[in-house]
Amino acid sequence: MASLREIKGRITSTQKTKKITSAMQMVSASKMAKAEQNTKAFEPYSKKIQEVMAHIANSATETTHPMLEKRAVKRTGYMVITADKGLVGAYNSHILKALYQRIQQNHQSKDEYTVITIGRMGYEFCKKMDLPITQSIIGIGDQPDFADIKEIASETVQLYVDEEIDELHIIYNHYVSAISQKVTTTQLLPITDLGVQTTDSAFHDEYEYEPNEQQILEVLLPQYAESLIYGALLDGKASEHAASMTAMKSATDNANELIDDLTLTYNRVRQAAITQEITEISGGVAALE
Amino acid sequence: MKTLTVSVVTPDGPVLEDSYEMVSCKAESGELGILPGHIPLVAPLSINAVRLKRENHVDKLAVNGGFMEVRPDKVTILAQSAEKPSDIDIDRAERAKERAERRLQSKQDDIDTLRAELALKRAINRLRVIR
Repeated sequence: MASLREIKGRITSTQKTKKITSAMQMVSASKMAKAEQNTKAFEPYSKKIQEVMAHIANSATETTHPMLEKRAVKRTGYMVITADKGLVGAYNSHILKALYQRIQQNHQSKDEYTVITIGRMGYEFCKKMDLPITQSIIGIGDQPDFADIKEIASETVQLYVDEEIDELHIIYNHYVSAISQKVTTTQLLPITDLGVQTTDSAFHDEYEYEPNEQQILEVLLPQYAESLIYGALLDGKASEHAASMTAMKSATDNANELIDDLTLTYNRVRQAAITQEITEISGGVAALE
Repeated sequence: MKTLTVSVVTPDGPVLEDSYEMVSCKAESGELGILPGHIPLVAPLSINAVRLKRENHVDKLAVNGGFMEVRPDKVTILAQSAEKPSDIDIDRAERAKERAERRLQSKQDDIDTLRAELALKRAINRLRVIR
């Protein structure tokens, strides 16, 4: 059995670790609250842009745009949103597993797909597995604003416009609640789900388009696609903080359990030592008599 | 005096929501002045200042592209970024302007030129709004 000193040392070090993990848990909790707020701030924008999109889609009969049309898929783009660091439980590995499985299932050769990574973990994974990366960005803050990802978003949309890729899927963790996040894969481009019914669709046929619907679509569609990417990123960040919170909470719980166990052992060893001392003393006394 | 509600929304949250008597802005197809009771309209905006008039006072906003949706009593501007004069960082805009100008002078490929042009436009727009 380990010595008293050794056990004492382990208890102190576990206590120190616990202090750190519980602090990190609280930090993540507040970051998560902030991320939720960001998502809320983004909502009016995304709602409005969707509404206008739906208006145009419902009213316009002859407008066409490459971003709305399916074409033969020669190359698929995957955008993965991961965290920059670990300590978030299985957050990253779930996403990367989903990506890897999808690629294994759907593609034979490397010419058929490309990956766009947001976050360091995704980037490193693709480097390690030797997956082709076209665009990547690392070091996005905990509370990203639109300017941070504008460039990568518009470049990705441009890839589609230039027919470098014929489909764009986005893989990220959707924030369901503080304790539950779900890996989600959605098709971003071409845009298919325009059948969104708005609350006041009575408005739509009265709109004037200046100069015309086609021109508006030219501006609107890329902006819409970029906003979807940003939305996914915000969602991903909220889940990242939630995952980190859960991971840190379980680390703290484990530390507590370990401390309890160690304390028990410590007391037992201490008692054994005392008992032994008493036995030795009384043994010594008996020998003297 | 009749007014219309103007709301300016960006991905980072709403920038402004207030009522004004007149909105004038530059659409891709030319200058537009919107008064209350305008017919419903959707128009893309260019990188330019949006002027909001109320009584004798004019508020300016630096709007970076996007588009506007007009209804008889409401104007919504959806842009990727929009700033009030008080939120504009002059130094940063100046620096961005210089950088873009330098890049334009040392001509490289088309994409970079295009991007530099846009950056220059945004910087000039910000500086114009603040002065």
